[in-house]
Amino acid sequence: MFSQPDRARFLPLAQLHALVAQLMQLGYQCLGPAVENGAIVMRELDAPDGLPRGLQAEQAAGRYRLTRDPLNRYFAWANGPQAIKPQAFAPKESLWRVERDDAGALQFAAVEPAAPAQAIIGVRACDLAALALQDAHFLPAGRRDAHYAARREQLFLVAVQCAEPGATCFCASTGDGPTPTAGYDLALAELAEGFVAVAGSAKGGAVLDALNLSPATPQQIDAARQQGQAAAAAQTRTLPGRNLREALMSRLEHPRWDEVAARCLACGNCTAVCPTCFCHAEADEPALDGHSSRHERVWDSCFGESHGYLHGFNVRSDIRTRYRQWLTHKLATWHDQFGRSGCVGCGRCIAWCPVGIDLTEEVAALTAEVRS
Amino acid sequence: MNAPMKNPVKPRVAVHKFSSCDGCQLALLNLGEDLLTLAGRVDLVHFAEAGPLDPDADVDVAFVEGSVSTPEDVERIRHIRAHSRLLIAIGACATAGGIQALRNGADGAQWVAQIYSHPEAISSLAQSTPISSHVKVDFELWGCPVSGAQMLAVVNSLLLGVAPRDNADKVCTECKRNGYPCVMVSRGVACMGPVTRVGCGALCPGLGRDCYGCYGPAENANTDALAAQFASLGLTPQAIVQRFQSINSQAPVFLAAADKIRMHGDG
Repeated sequence: MFSQPDRARFLPLAQLHALVAQLMQLGYQCLGPAVENGAIVMRELDAPDGLPRGLQAEQAAGRYRLTRDPLNRYFAWANGPQAIKPQAFAPKESLWRVERDDAGALQFAAVEPAAPAQAIIGVRACDLAALALQDAHFLPAGRRDAHYAARREQLFLVAVQCAEPGATCFCASTGDGPTPTAGYDLALAELAEGFVAVAGSAKGGAVLDALNLSPATPQQIDAARQQGQAAAAAQTRTLPGRNLREALMSRLEHPRWDEVAARCLACGNCTAVCPTCFCHAEADEPALDGHSSRHERVWDSCFGESHGYLHGFNVRSDIRTRYRQWLTHKLATWHDQFGRSGCVGCGRCIAWCPVGIDLTEEVAALTAEVRS
Repeated sequence: MNAPMKNPVKPRVAVHKFSSCDGCQLALLNLGEDLLTLAGRVDLVHFAEAGPLDPDADVDVAFVEGSVSTPEDVERIRHIRAHSRLLIAIGACATAGGIQALRNGADGAQWVAQIYSHPEAISSLAQSTPISSHVKVDFELWGCPVSGAQMLAVVNSLLLGVAPRDNADKVCTECKRNGYPCVMVSRGVACMGPVTRVGCGALCPGLGRDCYGCYGPAENANTDALAAQFASLGLTPQAIVQRFQSINSQAPVFLAAADKIRMHGDG
């Protein structure tokens, strides 16, 4: 976000509400951090000054606890269980419906998705990298997913540089953070007295221009840059490389798969919180009157039973093969499919695994001989 | 379940009660308008709680709530089976013996003697058992109680001539689709969601509390891993046993999990 320092502006702390107010005025439903069930989630702000200060969360494998930021910053939290994914790739939605008319013929109709203009305030570099991967899956030329596309086009993304990575974060290792580099409309870096702000799109530029802000000083830009470097240096977890395709695919019979399967609940929480996981299931929901039916799409997981079900048999009936499918797809065969790993280093799968299985630890164990 | 039931001949449906609290029947009764729509498509020949009484009628589908808990129950379920094309067990009592099956691991006669002034007036079997222990069951709908939506989905499938969908995924699946943060992670509570079957819509985690397993074991339920995590959250072996020995205590997966801890710990 610092590639064109002359374009950077400075948004004083006291003016943050003006940014939100302007987005609201432009008709955006503004989502920002809120506390729910002991976690920081993205919920609609009811007023321009509705962004909370001082939120922070301590994260560890299988553990997430809210704390207070002693510096009372707006964005000193690393990430919550979800950011952008549910807004673009809906957890459950109707794709189409069919009705039987009086003559007995079937009439099919598309279901137009509700796609409100939404601004999400506080997304992170990892979230943006993940969104680019979701775009690659849902919006390839020639087979765009209309429902995803409708919501995606309506998003206005206000990214924030991570100053305080969680203990579960490893975006520096995957090359996806902690400073946002692409994919945002606006990006902010929070300093003591305000935000270094840069636009990443025309609509972001228009919003920034309308705020009539002073240019950020070289000192402010430098402080923000250093803050990002310090956040990267503070991360303790890593992956042993950005392309683990051969390392993992040559170890499909490694005993570690059995070991992790003994600990894994196959609950699918890792896949639900993963910002790049895109698997879904489809089913028909017939109405009770027997004359119409809706075709539904819901988030699915490779840890579930039906995901591996082919006609008459299940290709992944046990937890070992399901965990292996998840990890090898995410870190290995994703390269064949999308030209990069499917992991953006957000660490959500580590923090939100109810039994604290740590992907970086599993990869290290699986690839130990390769690295030595 | 191969022969589809064709309209316009209305399938004859019965709802029977065994040892239970009536909560699953209430799930059906509480459907309101949907129940009226349903009543237009089926012929409800026996549903004591709603009015129609004809317990001996031949029916296409019999829904059975409750566990087999008395000598009389054993005879009655055989009779119902003989008069029903399809028999569907609904709820934790009918699928796993219910809360009353907690007596299965205890001396029930002694409890009766302690509680009732005339224990000889009580005629109950030593064990409370699911319907499938006595007769062939065509489909099981788990839950305590089952939800109205589940009931409708089953009836609807049968009306369309297809087998009902048997979704044995974990509660976590529904929990995450609803956008609820994991309470085990954010609050350290001993949630049964990761080993429990979907169906309730993650009701308890949605209210900020832990799942207590009323929908019974999910497929591939890794109870060992969950018990180990409960221990690291600070639960005693006895408390862990109690998590598995609740509403679905006799569901084989939950019973085995509890027995394993009892053998290895002081639970």
